[in-house]
Amino acid sequence: MGAVEAEAWSVAGLVAVLAWAGIRPFGWPEAVVAVPVASILVGVGAISLTDARSELTELVPVVGFLAAVLMLAQLCAHEGLFTWCGTAMAHMARGRPNRLLTSVFVVASLVTAVFSLDATVVLLTPVVFATTARLAARARPHIYACTHLSNTGSLLLPVSNLTNLLAFHASGLSFLRFAGLMALPWLVAIATEFAVFRSFFRSDLAATTTTPSDADRPSTPPWFAVATLAATLTGFAITSAVGVNPAWAAALGALALIAYAARRRRLSLTAIVSAADPPFLIFVLALAVAVRAVIDNGLDTALGGWLPHTSGLTGLLGIAALAAVAANLINNLPAVLVLLPLAAPGGPATVLAVLIGVNIGPNLTYTGSLATMLWRRILRQHDHTTSLTEFTTLGALTTPAAIVAALVALWGSLHVLGG
Amino acid sequence: MTVIAWIVETTWPACVDATRIHTPADAEIVLVHVTDPDAAGLAHSAYAGLLGRGHSHRDPGAWVEDLANAAAHELLATAAARLGRPCRTRARTGRAETEVLAAAENAELLVLVRDGELNRPGPGSISPTTRYLIDHALCPVLIAWPGSIQSAAAPQ
Repeated sequence: MGAVEAEAWSVAGLVAVLAWAGIRPFGWPEAVVAVPVASILVGVGAISLTDARSELTELVPVVGFLAAVLMLAQLCAHEGLFTWCGTAMAHMARGRPNRLLTSVFVVASLVTAVFSLDATVVLLTPVVFATTARLAARARPHIYACTHLSNTGSLLLPVSNLTNLLAFHASGLSFLRFAGLMALPWLVAIATEFAVFRSFFRSDLAATTTTPSDADRPSTPPWFAVATLAATLTGFAITSAVGVNPAWAAALGALALIAYAARRRRLSLTAIVSAADPPFLIFVLALAVAVRAVIDNGLDTALGGWLPHTSGLTGLLGIAALAAVAANLINNLPAVLVLLPLAAPGGPATVLAVLIGVNIGPNLTYTGSLATMLWRRILRQHDHTTSLTEFTTLGALTTPAAIVAALVALWGSLHVLGG
Repeated sequence: MTVIAWIVETTWPACVDATRIHTPADAEIVLVHVTDPDAAGLAHSAYAGLLGRGHSHRDPGAWVEDLANAAAHELLATAAARLGRPCRTRARTGRAETEVLAAAENAELLVLVRDGELNRPGPGSISPTTRYLIDHALCPVLIAWPGSIQSAAAPQ
């Protein structure tokens, strides 16, 4: 098969995978199309069986790590950790929306960093809404904070975002080194968001004088979940230091919580398996094969010249900007799969700059990417309720500023800690 | 006399108190709450941005919608109890500007609360939404200060 024909097959395959995932027809799993497409690409020779197998072999440990983290988050929710966070946030707020926003920023950043962005979107957002309702506070700034921090807060750890796990794997950094280099960019990006939020929502946050302070004192936190989480985080550091895959620490943490819940007969096998979301994991593997086919058949040479290979500040800014644009066009998951093979030869600095772009970038577009927005609009799934103008204005005020601030912080970290 | 009191999170007690104090005992009072659909919309959109997870039906937007409906009815019930007079409650969903104006179409008084930055006198002390309602309401508007029962009538 000629290179052009192979690339045409690969691009058509990838478009089909992304379209199906964006449209989500009948609520069927995204893997229903992704797996056959990956098989067809191997069948027609757009990607060799050896290449497909090597891609899968490389990614299975990454996907296993993701499964463990997803389970850990769901199990902690099951133990009541997120509900407890809601009560604690209400208590910390003491009836003042400004203080509530601060506590939502702290909790959402930590939840995203430790449990991945899925946990913030799916598990924390409703808890935050319930907290605002209990305090009779206006929900809008706090829900916006959850959506923004599920992206911006996902810079810190390799487990915070699937994009990070993929980059972590490709960059060759240790868990601790990744966290060390990204700590300052994470803090600076969150601080930038916070400053813009305080100003953008000042009217909503200022109406404080008669806010009833009826928040109950938070009850005892679910200690077993908290202790398991602390042990798992320590486990990440220890495994990283001795050169063992930190996924084992996450797996052990999840197993401890499963055993604890099972002992009290509070968890079904179905709930445990569905927490790991097997169809999503299979989708990620199939998507990676389709993206690899697109890259190998010509996209690498087409895009290679676009990506500056430098660790200078301007070069890193260019890389992050390109990554942010790509994430906004096609969603950050395929964007990072496309950009990583091109960025990896540039070393950790280039890879981390890509991550800053693809992780913070989606805050610019309602539904995370123009592609998803387009599919939803075509199918009229787009609910015309949320003010697109407000979302986009807030995104335009926060996203470029947060990316630039995080990039400068990364550049500083690289200089202090060494690239 | 039909009175529409717009019940909003954070400022509703002042609205209820002003309504009780400044309306005749036989006034027909309607407490109106408008749920902002944006919170649920934002939760929907954040979930839509998670590529590959749509099949699991864990969209937090639906959960937020249910919570919002429950919270609206609870707030209206609390406000009605604070009012301590016979009244009707109405829970609506949509843009507050449109919904409150529609509710107040045939009313003889609309009760609002100063809901901006109160430490900044002048236009900043009223939010854009309340400003819009003051500008477009066809009936007289009463604007209460939050945190106190002193109120200022704003002739249309």
